[in-house]
Amino acid sequence: MAKRESSFINMVTTLVLVTGIAAAALGFVYDFTKGPIEAAKLKAQTEAIKNVLPEFDELGETKTITPAEGADALEFFPAYKNGELVGTAIKTYTKSGFSGFISIMAGIDKDGNFSGYSVLEHAETPGLGSKMDVWFNNPEKPKQYVIGKNPGSTNFTVSKDGGEIDAITASTITSRAFLEALTLAYDSYKNNEK
Amino acid sequence: MNYLVIVIGAILVNNIVLMQFLGICPFLGVSKKVSTGIGMTGAVAFVMILATIVTYLIQHYVLEKFGLGFLQTIAFILIIASLVQMVEIILKKVSPPLYQALGIFLPLITTNCAILGVAILTVQNEFNLLEGVIFSTSHAIGFGLALILFAGIREHLDLQDVPKGLKGTPIALIAAGILAMAFMGFSGLV
Amino acid sequence: MSQLKNFSKGFIKENPVFVLLLGMCPTLGVTSSAINGLGMGLATTFVLLMSNMVVSMVKSAIPDKVRIPAFIVIIATFVTIVQLTMQAYLPSLFKSLGLFIPLIVVNCLVLGRAEAFASKNNLVSSVIDGLGMGLGFTFALVTLGGIREILGSGKIFNITIYPENYVTLVFVLSPGAFIVLGYLIAALNKIKKN
Repeated sequence: MAKRESSFINMVTTLVLVTGIAAAALGFVYDFTKGPIEAAKLKAQTEAIKNVLPEFDELGETKTITPAEGADALEFFPAYKNGELVGTAIKTYTKSGFSGFISIMAGIDKDGNFSGYSVLEHAETPGLGSKMDVWFNNPEKPKQYVIGKNPGSTNFTVSKDGGEIDAITASTITSRAFLEALTLAYDSYKNNEK
Repeated sequence: MNYLVIVIGAILVNNIVLMQFLGICPFLGVSKKVSTGIGMTGAVAFVMILATIVTYLIQHYVLEKFGLGFLQTIAFILIIASLVQMVEIILKKVSPPLYQALGIFLPLITTNCAILGVAILTVQNEFNLLEGVIFSTSHAIGFGLALILFAGIREHLDLQDVPKGLKGTPIALIAAGILAMAFMGFSGLV
Repeated sequence: MSQLKNFSKGFIKENPVFVLLLGMCPTLGVTSSAINGLGMGLATTFVLLMSNMVVSMVKSAIPDKVRIPAFIVIIATFVTIVQLTMQAYLPSLFKSLGLFIPLIVVNCLVLGRAEAFASKNNLVSSVIDGLGMGLGFTFALVTLGGIREILGSGKIFNITIYPENYVTLVFVLSPGAFIVLGYLIAALNKIKKN
């Protein structure tokens, strides 16, 4: 099968044409999927908020709070039932995970205690650090259970560092990072209350 | 982010080949002799660092500025392909023996997932340009480390009495697995 | 060769993973579970199918010297389409496969088939080649993923088969990938010899 000769003009035209058609096709697909992508993201976020707070019927306005100088902003999602504040979900994070970034949705009820948490994003080791999604949520193990507690009244560091929370076996780094993220959420919450 | 953490993390803890599974094709294909391994590492390092710089600049000053984020895959791979083409031309002029030795593996650097992977990871981790350069340099060193260690192991394996069914690729993969296990021991470092 | 042979060669005789040793990175990287292997395999099959089709259709219009860059743009376009579509409609699979989705573009299998087959054969043969190779690739990934998931987490397709206390964690971690693949290739070599 004869191919076009590889003259300079032919080569350039072909590449420009191919790339142009590709970019146009992608632009079209992008426009088409933009809506569903946003919807999927929003759905995942609302699910996470539902998982970490007591029952609510209305979400208040999202607030963006910058905790300390230079750190990334946290998002606050206050939730109401019958007009009364039942709790605030906070999208917090830490960069000190074993594999870096961990994103967590933490719920703080109106008494200032953690009502729940949901790990949104992480790259921790499967079977080890990834267990944080259930480890700290186990009511049958009070020494690792963080629900109902807060960093103000409980020492929110791992027992190895003199704290009161038991770290995940063989995943101290992930555990430390996890507690760091929760403490960041709590501190920002307290600072915002003032 | 602490530079030392980036360096140790990239070379040992999150080694690009043994822990993140990027760059496996050249890892298995070029690691039969230590000398070719070294040559390949040099070429990959050069393309990796340069590619990270150029893709970073294009991502921040072109793609994001004009809301063209979805063209990232196309743009990045075209940049890498062009850089490899450039390296081929330069190498042919500057060092013909090295060009001959690397042979078919030179254009194959384009499909080295490690290079595209590191470029995308730099953007994902939201590094600035300096951190990106340190990150890619460290990963290039990590790649070379894994490759040369493995080549050394394979040179020894060739002289051993391997069961017939396991000869060649299978025993190489199992050895790589054990090497990966050794690297997992670094996980406590950072 | 008959179209049936063309289709089936991708499964055993010229299996991309076990025989041709192409596409190693995703093979090792996403097979910590069978479902991830399945998702990645099908996504790659789609790209392979579409790019083989387009390359076969335009092969006589592309000057020889720029064929590789042109093929790459075509492949990258379909990879981006897969990325966007997955993000919109299969967000959890998108999250599990992560970095490896854009890496389909450098999967030596896809560019390899475009260059070795689609650029030299007619449309029908190229499409069937893409389908056969892609499904063979998927078969390899699901097999590897399944073995690793059963040995390393006691589950298959997320259904628990035996209790977590008896798992050998290493199989869902990095070394396990290399070792299981090594033994699988050895086993396949034995089968082929007989």
